[in-house]
Amino acid sequence: MNFIEHIGKYFIFLGRTLRKPEKVSVFRSMTMKEIDILGLNSLPIVSVVSVFVGAVVALQTAFNMESPLFPDYLIGLAVRDSVILEFSPTMVSLILAGKVGSNIASNIGFMRASEQIDALEVMGINSANYLVLPKIISLILVNPMLIVLSMALCIVGGWIAGEMTGFCPTEEYIYGIQYEFRPFNVAYALIKTVVFAFVIATISAYQGYYTRGGALEVGNGSTRAVVFSSMLIIFLNYVLTQIFLTN
Amino acid sequence: MIKVDSIHKSFADNHVLKGISAEFEQGKTNLIIGQSGSGKTVFLKCMLGLHELDAGSIFFDGRDFNRMDFKERKEVRKELGMVFQGGALFDSMTVEENVMFPLNMFTNQTRGEKLMRVNEVLDRVNLNGKNHLFPSETSGGMQKRIAIARAISMNPKYLFCDEPNSGLDPRTAIVIDTLIAEITHEYQMTTVINTHDMNSVMEIGEKIVFLKDGHKAWEGTSDSILKTDHEAVVDFVYTSKILRSIREKN
Repeated sequence: MNFIEHIGKYFIFLGRTLRKPEKVSVFRSMTMKEIDILGLNSLPIVSVVSVFVGAVVALQTAFNMESPLFPDYLIGLAVRDSVILEFSPTMVSLILAGKVGSNIASNIGFMRASEQIDALEVMGINSANYLVLPKIISLILVNPMLIVLSMALCIVGGWIAGEMTGFCPTEEYIYGIQYEFRPFNVAYALIKTVVFAFVIATISAYQGYYTRGGALEVGNGSTRAVVFSSMLIIFLNYVLTQIFLTN
Repeated sequence: MIKVDSIHKSFADNHVLKGISAEFEQGKTNLIIGQSGSGKTVFLKCMLGLHELDAGSIFFDGRDFNRMDFKERKEVRKELGMVFQGGALFDSMTVEENVMFPLNMFTNQTRGEKLMRVNEVLDRVNLNGKNHLFPSETSGGMQKRIAIARAISMNPKYLFCDEPNSGLDPRTAIVIDTLIAEITHEYQMTTVINTHDMNSVMEIGEKIVFLKDGHKAWEGTSDSILKTDHEAVVDFVYTSKILRSIREKN
């Protein structure tokens, strides 16, 4: 199947997915379950990575600004802008594409291989809508919260590193993270996060849903889900930055 | 009754079903038999609407399934029960949740009413008290019975089974076959079973359709299948040396 056919099939898949749920009460309980599986289970990895990346950004900034002409508060400023603009929305989304994307693709792929999706279809249930819509909604709800948490933890990580090494006293750091703060940057980061969440959920679900064969194909589908959603995130990151930050 | 009229199905250049016509009667266990690759599973999936037909029609009590829109098909699907080869149980759900699933999706019953129905069908398949097990905690035979319980929870008019006793020991296979036959007579369902197991044919086959290379090669009953001289059927039925020698002696 060529690239154009895949794009067409992906949009047909989206058309089947983005419909009114069969039963709202079932949809609500499925969404809550997905929030737990896909969202809350990602808290540890997002937290650990964020604290250490914040710390590393602070140390690298300090290492590159040894001149006394640069004030110490620039370390806080650099940490704040780099995590809000790029690390938290994009890099954490890439990490989630690996963790959550492979989970979605393998889960749905296994359901396809074991005929569970056929069982839903025979019952007259729109399987794409039933299985995928709760995942999309839960990621769109949870990922922005994870990203905001990541931003906060990165800044905390940077503060701890600055304080422990003595490169940046607390007062300077706090001044730096408040200096010329643009709330729009957070909005821009959250818009990116929502778009990336949609990409992770739908690309991974598409790869799982159209799995053919057995365990080997489920594994291959899972790999493709991570590769394609990561590539699309990188591409859309550029497009969204062009749209929101250069006009 | 289900009537299949001259159906064709191809996958790319592979013409799998080549104009099959058949009738499956209400209150009877109708068996589709044939060697692997004869088109049995594709035939069953076409009847279930999992594969779109290239040509031909399928009538459920006179209703042409292929001319129906999505909503009409959905109504017919609510009258279908299906037992998949591997059970196709939802592995994240308990036995009770699996059986309750169609009731949750399509009825507005209270939890108490749904639970009563679940216990009723679990009792019917001799699985009472197993409500809180997960499919992975049950044996192959139990999984088939859970799948049957789920399939009949909505009181279907039509029951389809794809190789219901594959992977089971002969004794458990007969238990499953007998259970399906009993349920068919009890609920007066139109049951269509896809199998290549001759024990099933002899135990419960009230009407048998034999497929070969995508054609209907023969049809009859469990009595007539032993007496037929149809070459392909004889080849299929008397595969083992023991059966061939019995036939030659008779």
